[in-house]
Amino acid sequence: MAEPLIIIGKGMAATRLVDELSQRSLGRYSIAVIGAEPRLAYNRVLLSPLLAGEIAAPDIELKPAAWWQARGVSTLYGRAVSSIDRMAKTVTLEDGLSLPYARLVLATGSSPLKPPFPGIDLPGVATFRDTADVDLLRAHAERGSRIVVIGGGLLGLEAAYGLSKAGGKVTLLHLVDRLMERQLDAEGAALLAAEMGKRGVVVRLNAATKAFTGKDRVEGVELADGSVVPADLVVIAIGVRPNAGLAKAAGVAVNRGVLVDDGLASDDPSIFAIGECAEHRGQVYGLVEPAYEQARVLAARLAGKEASYAGSLLSTNLKVSGVGVFSAGDFEPGPGDETVILRDRAAGIYRKFVLRGGRLAGCILVGETTGALFYLGLIRSGQDISAIRADLPFGEAYCVSEAA
Amino acid sequence: MRHDAPLSSSSPVRTTCPYCGVGCGVLAMPDGKGGAAVAGDPAHPANLGRLCSKGSALGETLGLGSRVLHPLKRNAAGGYDRVSWELALDAVAGGFSSIIARHGPEAVAFYLSGQLLTEDYYVANKLMKGFIGSPHVDTNSRLCMSSTVAGHRRVFGSDTVPGSYEDLDCADLIVLVGSNTAWCHPVLFRRMQQNRSERGAKLVVIDPRVTATAEDADLVLPLKPGSDAALFAGLLVDLAERGLVDATYLANHTTGFDETLANARAIAPDLATVALRTGLGMPDIAAFYALWASTPAVVTAWSQGVNQSAQGTDKVAAILHCHLATGRIGRPGGGPFSLTGQPNAMGGREVGGLANMLAAHMGYSPAEIDRVRRFWNAPNMARQEGLKAVAMLDAVAEQRIRALWVMATNPAVSLPRADHVLSALKGLDLFIVSENVLSNDTLRGEPDFILPAAAWSEKDGTVTNSERRISRQRAFLPLPGEVKPDWWIICEVARRLGFGQAFSYPDASEIYAEHATLSAFENEGSRDFDIGAHSMLDRRAYDALNPVQWPVPAGRPLGTPRLFGDGGFFTQDRRASLKPLAMPALASAVSDEFPLLLNTGRIRDQWHTMTRTGLSPKLGAHISEPSVYLNPADAGRYGLVEGGFARIENGHGAVVLKVALDPGVQEGALFAPIHWSAQTASHARIGAAVQPFCDPYSGQPEMKATPSRILPVAYAARGFVLSRDPVALPSESWWAAVAVDGGQGRLFATNASADELMAHSRAIFGEDGLVEMVDREAGIYRCAATRDGKLVAALFLGPADRAPLWDTVKLAFADPDFAPENRLALLAGRRLDGAADAGPIVCACFGVGLNAIRAAFASGGTVSAEDIGRQLRAGTNCGSCLPEIRRIGASTRHGNSAGEAAA
Repeated sequence: MAEPLIIIGKGMAATRLVDELSQRSLGRYSIAVIGAEPRLAYNRVLLSPLLAGEIAAPDIELKPAAWWQARGVSTLYGRAVSSIDRMAKTVTLEDGLSLPYARLVLATGSSPLKPPFPGIDLPGVATFRDTADVDLLRAHAERGSRIVVIGGGLLGLEAAYGLSKAGGKVTLLHLVDRLMERQLDAEGAALLAAEMGKRGVVVRLNAATKAFTGKDRVEGVELADGSVVPADLVVIAIGVRPNAGLAKAAGVAVNRGVLVDDGLASDDPSIFAIGECAEHRGQVYGLVEPAYEQARVLAARLAGKEASYAGSLLSTNLKVSGVGVFSAGDFEPGPGDETVILRDRAAGIYRKFVLRGGRLAGCILVGETTGALFYLGLIRSGQDISAIRADLPFGEAYCVSEAA
Repeated sequence: MRHDAPLSSSSPVRTTCPYCGVGCGVLAMPDGKGGAAVAGDPAHPANLGRLCSKGSALGETLGLGSRVLHPLKRNAAGGYDRVSWELALDAVAGGFSSIIARHGPEAVAFYLSGQLLTEDYYVANKLMKGFIGSPHVDTNSRLCMSSTVAGHRRVFGSDTVPGSYEDLDCADLIVLVGSNTAWCHPVLFRRMQQNRSERGAKLVVIDPRVTATAEDADLVLPLKPGSDAALFAGLLVDLAERGLVDATYLANHTTGFDETLANARAIAPDLATVALRTGLGMPDIAAFYALWASTPAVVTAWSQGVNQSAQGTDKVAAILHCHLATGRIGRPGGGPFSLTGQPNAMGGREVGGLANMLAAHMGYSPAEIDRVRRFWNAPNMARQEGLKAVAMLDAVAEQRIRALWVMATNPAVSLPRADHVLSALKGLDLFIVSENVLSNDTLRGEPDFILPAAAWSEKDGTVTNSERRISRQRAFLPLPGEVKPDWWIICEVARRLGFGQAFSYPDASEIYAEHATLSAFENEGSRDFDIGAHSMLDRRAYDALNPVQWPVPAGRPLGTPRLFGDGGFFTQDRRASLKPLAMPALASAVSDEFPLLLNTGRIRDQWHTMTRTGLSPKLGAHISEPSVYLNPADAGRYGLVEGGFARIENGHGAVVLKVALDPGVQEGALFAPIHWSAQTASHARIGAAVQPFCDPYSGQPEMKATPSRILPVAYAARGFVLSRDPVALPSESWWAAVAVDGGQGRLFATNASADELMAHSRAIFGEDGLVEMVDREAGIYRCAATRDGKLVAALFLGPADRAPLWDTVKLAFADPDFAPENRLALLAGRRLDGAADAGPIVCACFGVGLNAIRAAFASGGTVSAEDIGRQLRAGTNCGSCLPEIRRIGASTRHGNSAGEAAA
């Protein structure tokens, strides 16, 4: 008799978990996937190119309906979960349906942060999180609206680029003095800002938002310095908050996210969490790759195998056409660290490698990200790269032929 | 690329190579774009179609980039302004006139060159010695062949080379003394090698340095520097003791044999003494003597190892004595043979362009002065010998000479104590330079006028090679800019000095005809140099002149292959004159302070101060940097390592060179090439560290044995820069320029940091379009500069022990339109497609690198140099790389891959 396994959330982490499980232990669990959005699971990473019009809506679907059916997964879409009863081991949906579980996986993701500035609730103040947002944003951009994007991180940059590409007149506001400050050093960020400028995005740094102006709908963004940036649409992309409310309400230990151990289990051994709603060793990941790693580990454990998750090395990939940005590991050298830099100003390319004790500790690739996975592998493996140091910036092929 | 229209030509122009004294015939076919395809002339007797690496690359040296194209006058700011010929010639003539008026004719001098054509030489000599009235005409041949001239004149009574190149084909024994023939006269060396392989001739190489020439010789005698005369005195004694002296020849055709033999016995009474004086082993000496004694068809040939000596005249005489004593002279396959260094040193000697000659092989006897005066109808004859090169420059320094005209040579590089020379030149009241190129150190001597002279490919006249063969050097490209032939420039100055009538030649052919007429004037067999058969040559006959060996007296138009087989010397009594030698010794001995003897010489693929060969990327790829070669034991002794740097210094000057270990160099010796100037390297003007001590007869300086010391020099980093135009490097850096396809390369070493090089590069290339790699802690900086997407420059710096290699970047740089798609990959400095770097070029003719040759040997299918020739073509043209290829083969087989190519 198959044990009931319920996955709350139908995003990328959930899809990957099902995929992994189906390869390892098809039939052991009777799986149900519950999601609030009405549509099939899609690749959220592709929302940016969708916004930019570089791909079409069907392109972002992760798996077709038949894929889920073939794996015997019950999909309950457009139906939100209202509560978890840990004693009874059931989840209750908003429509009253109650489902038993033997194991419960929370893959509820995260929500955009919306800061409590005056005017935050004005119509025309939006976020960039799902396909509905994309539809709204695109409609504005195609009209040539004046759009202000707040937040110079990964998501804000992708939104700004996509909106500009789609026809919007885009200003990007960023609180500090450089874009993607958690992933880029000053030179890389400056290059990125210049490249964004070439793509029609006006970048304003050190721009602290004070309020949103407008009567019936948003008309502008007022900054701390008193200036106002006129806007028909404001897109807030300053970060996300893990969706941990259900867990918290059920008494599962929660900090920012659902606290999980190296087995992705919460303090309730029947309840697990993966993806952006989980907090592991103090870290909440807002990226897809850690979610996939977690899904793989959890699938193995659910299949009865030994596996554990030791955290992910942070790496970032910005997907803006022609301005690839990749960042991984420690990109600012500390005392005793060494740096190798490669730059091509005219081509907008910058590569920085931080070396520590003969090993690659981190890197930044701006403009052109060939070899990102190779470098990520070197950082993760911690292997000695002294012998290939001079060839390192030129990519795997040079390093391999050096070794051979 | 030339901006002029080329001379139209549907068939190749027959001309003569401008490099060494072999005088190879060249077929030049203009390409219509200012260049030319160059091939050996199969009909020329000197080379029979062969060319060496340098000759083969002549087509790469025709660019106008570095040329002087207009008369230039020095201005008050020390720069040069373009002026008209009228102004320049008037000023030069006026300057000479006023200095002669104030200080007399002996205050003016000409310093000429073995690169001038005979016709240029003739009018220069005539103007100075017959019309200005100064005997001070000397030439860079003083550094090259003057000991041979003096030796010939002492013994033969005339400056006569008795034999022919054909003797090298039919000799049974060839003895090379002080000559790296394989590198310096490659085409003749190939003839010798062919004789060896086809006829079994033996080869003996006598040279303190074991060079490529000695590679597979039958006997190699690495004697002590300066001991050649002792070895040949010993040979004379040995021949006498064996009873091989040709008493009949001696009795009929010589004087002085008995005193000379007695003197030889004093110098070299027995093998043990010869061994002591020469440092050679007795068995080797005995083997050499036995071989020489038992081989009647023996050619003893020599070059600068004999000549550039404070006893060069005695060394030449010691060799001549042995040949005369056995009557082995003037016979097919037998005789003494001077291998001349320059293309027209012989022509210069013929016109009398040396301070100790007057004209046409005549000296300064009253009868000779009078004869030449009458022939020239000269108003102001010089009356006695003039100052020889080193003394001439001393006179300049002491302001006894106040006006100097230098033509076609670079004394600020090539003369001993070159720094002293340079400062002396600056003190002249009037200093004129006739020159092809601006890249000439002598121009740093602040000439008042630089006159643009015709270069090879443009000039038209005759040259004479080592075997007395007169050949036409013909123009096949037009005169660019306002460039003029040297003879024209001299005649225009002569006209302005009031001697127009005697210098009104419409073209070079009339000068040659006059020169020929003088050679026959009142000659009647009394002088060796007689080309009377040419005195009536008209322009057409001159143009059609076939190569011919003088004497070519009237009635003997086919010339003379050999002389002296039946005596007939040009002394008063028509007998060769044998005279005792001085005890062999060097001009200066080593000391505790200066324990090493600095030897200087040529490398295979460069010529003189590189103003022409330095333009050829192919020739720059064999040996790219100026190095000092020394014995590994000495390297250990003085803390030097292969590929490092060393400072060589003595009381005269100092240089800094790369270090190359060479077991062929004796312990206690250093060898450095002569080619690099301040234009081509930062610290390699070897002339500055050469002593000025001269042979008492020839005035030739001892340039191969200057006591010196050596110390290691360390640079933190090494690198290269490639640029379309030369760029400066941080001061204090060591660098050497190398011609590369598409521009200029510089290999450098420096103590500047990666940050400093980055700042420097940004300053010279600009930051726009700059692609950079910075690894500060590893000491690496690399950049490539692009303009409009096209690669215009690249600079790589790395730590000294991991100097960046430039082969891959050089390839990318070669195409001026190359717009790299992946500019970053350029900075990787190597290719991924498996195409191996060529490595140093071994075969310059076909551009075959060390790595390809090594790989062919390593593959196992290749066992000989001939196999390499079949597979890669390497070594099949001039053959000067064959010794190196054999050495690579041997070392590859022995699994020793140490850098042979640099040796």
